[in-house]
Amino acid sequence: MADVKVDTPRVLSKRVDGPDGIFRFVAHSGGTIVVAVMSLVGVFLLVQGLTAIQAAGPEFATTQSWDPNSGNFGIAAVLAGTFFIAVTAIAVALPLSLGTALYISEYAPPKLKAALISIVDLMAAIPSVVYGLWGFFFLSPNILSVSQWISTYFGWIPIFSVEGFDATDPLATPTVFAASTFIAGIVVALMVAPITSSIMREVFTQAPLGEREGALALGATRWGMISSVVLPFGRGGIIGGTMLGLGRSLGETIAVFIIISPVFVIQPRILEKGANSISALIALRYNEASVFEISALMAAGLTLFLITLVINFLASMIIARSRSGSASD
Amino acid sequence: MTDVLERPAAIAQPEPSVKSMRTWTTPVTPAPQAEARRNTATIRTVDVIRLLGCGAAAIGLTSWLFFFALPLRGELGFILTSYLVFLVLFTILTAFDEDRPTVRDRVMAVVMHSLAFLLVLALASVVIYTVGRGIEPLQNLNFFTEDMSLAGPLDPLTAGGVLHAIAGTLIQISIALAISIPLGLLTAIFLTEFPSPYARFVRTVVEAMTALPSIVAGLFIYATVIVFLGFERSGFAASLAITVMMLPIIIRSADVVLRLVPGNLKEAARALGASTWRTVWTVTLPTARSGLTTSIILGTARGIGETSPVLLTAGATTFLNLNPFSGPMTSLPLTTFTFIKSPEETMIARGFGTAAVLMVIVLLLFALARAIGGRGPGQLSRRQQRSRERQSRDDDYRSRARELGVATDGRGARPRVRRLKALPSLPGRSTPPSLPAAPIELSATDASASQEDTP
Repeated sequence: MADVKVDTPRVLSKRVDGPDGIFRFVAHSGGTIVVAVMSLVGVFLLVQGLTAIQAAGPEFATTQSWDPNSGNFGIAAVLAGTFFIAVTAIAVALPLSLGTALYISEYAPPKLKAALISIVDLMAAIPSVVYGLWGFFFLSPNILSVSQWISTYFGWIPIFSVEGFDATDPLATPTVFAASTFIAGIVVALMVAPITSSIMREVFTQAPLGEREGALALGATRWGMISSVVLPFGRGGIIGGTMLGLGRSLGETIAVFIIISPVFVIQPRILEKGANSISALIALRYNEASVFEISALMAAGLTLFLITLVINFLASMIIARSRSGSASD
Repeated sequence: MTDVLERPAAIAQPEPSVKSMRTWTTPVTPAPQAEARRNTATIRTVDVIRLLGCGAAAIGLTSWLFFFALPLRGELGFILTSYLVFLVLFTILTAFDEDRPTVRDRVMAVVMHSLAFLLVLALASVVIYTVGRGIEPLQNLNFFTEDMSLAGPLDPLTAGGVLHAIAGTLIQISIALAISIPLGLLTAIFLTEFPSPYARFVRTVVEAMTALPSIVAGLFIYATVIVFLGFERSGFAASLAITVMMLPIIIRSADVVLRLVPGNLKEAARALGASTWRTVWTVTLPTARSGLTTSIILGTARGIGETSPVLLTAGATTFLNLNPFSGPMTSLPLTTFTFIKSPEETMIARGFGTAAVLMVIVLLLFALARAIGGRGPGQLSRRQQRSRERQSRDDDYRSRARELGVATDGRGARPRVRRLKALPSLPGRSTPPSLPAAPIELSATDASASQEDTP
């Protein structure tokens, strides 16, 4: 036998060199550029917005009118309007998307399932200006009678009451119902329902097969199985998807801008003409705005951005947690 | 429906009569009964009859309510009321001969079906209405070949078109993609391949930016590029606004796709001695190619359809402008928006036509994304599968040739026909290697060359 070489421990080094070093550097700088751009947007918004907020003082949160050049401006009306539209949208979109998600994941025959998934995903990609067109030219004229009907029979609920409409007057025109929060809300609901629904569907289809079959084997009906297995498992998905939809509907601009007729008061009667939102305000006022007015608009945009940010982070946290399966215990 | 409650009685078999527990007599089996075949259909006739009956009753009752009993009006109101009446009737009718869980199941099934139907109906109505009203201007060829510089609001549809908007959209989205594809993919690779606290920070920032409302992205570019830097409104400014909006979307979805690439593929590459860069370029990116393409295309569809950033930065115009760096340059959604603000019928028709063009582009992009993507990472199309098979057969052939000590022409790039001819006689790995006689130059062995090949 020849002499045995003693196996010395190999020298391990994490040093990267040559092309890998370059790759590493390029990848890192890519990430840094993106962060720089994104931070620039954030910082710029913040600095600009804070200038305007400082000039306006604490009244920025409570003033309803928007007249930055005279120093009298605030986001109370537009922020409230944004929320009215978004909440109306979610109230319509939640049952629609929940029903669609459950139908696709639980009821639909396999062939229809694939087609429906494609259709719903496609609808999420339809431009918002198309929804705006549809809402303005098709939905508005057709839904006036429904608004009138709701207001006539449910007018005793404060949000459904309409000023200047007398249900007993047969000659009352339904024009007071046009361009309302309600119509904008329905259009926005159609825009966010596909997104919400596909998130819910993804979570529902991940409900454990064993538990489903267990429920069915114990004699549960299909709805019994859904309500005892799928819905508890998908609770995180439902909440998260809805919040993500809420975030999207808060920032929706052009469809809302086409439909509403802007008012600068807090107007909680959703069926009545006149609504507003922060993004519609920006689209309405950016043109011919002075530098200070742009700062004021930036402040409004900053508020919107921060709200959406919080909602989105909460939503993704809830969705991520539900996907890990902890929600099913 | 899986309903144990409705099991036919024929299945319940009589107790076998066992006389004593101790004696091992075979129990007297009852005469085999003809077992009634169970109906496994998921829809029962009675359910269908119930649905149809309730539907008819609901429409009848609602017509009576609407036309005789109550002062109600409106088609949508009619549909809504008859649906509610239908639900109530259906519940009552089902409750006549079913128990409570079954009633709940049936009613919820009806509700789910109708909600899904309602959403699809509403979405279909959006598409059909827009295309339906937009079809008139689309029938004139000039809609695609002219701009609006010479056509006034009172001109008929045979004058003017949206060439300027189509060109503007294409230019703007191309510039936006030229920036966001390399930057977005690079960042996504950075996020997945170099996990570190810094990467987590970058991911958080990117996720935060997906919350940026598109109008605020437009406002940012408007305030910086146009107001502060003093540039005029241009296609380039619009592209920048679209990029700011699109970049986080692309990074996020590309990040998700890249994370789905199986770790063992990457580990295999590293185990073979490949560097990080080699692994990314030859394993990670090709594996995730379809998913990455999909995420880019879907981001493009979002970017093309955005109106609000373009509204602030591009400036509406009526003439064709092919230079993105000077002068206003409109785009399809912005043109739609300006058209429908006009009170003229023809302008509104043009607006619908423009929206239809925009929607067709988005549909095409979406169909493209479906055709390319839709497969998870590592799942190959049939063509890719065949090319992989061919490649590995080729590798097999070469290594066999090496084992036998015959020379191949170095790179293994022999004509395809000859290779295919050689293949059928190449059996699996388990059998002893036997090279076919067909490829002639293989038998012409050059011993010295083969010595170099074999390790």
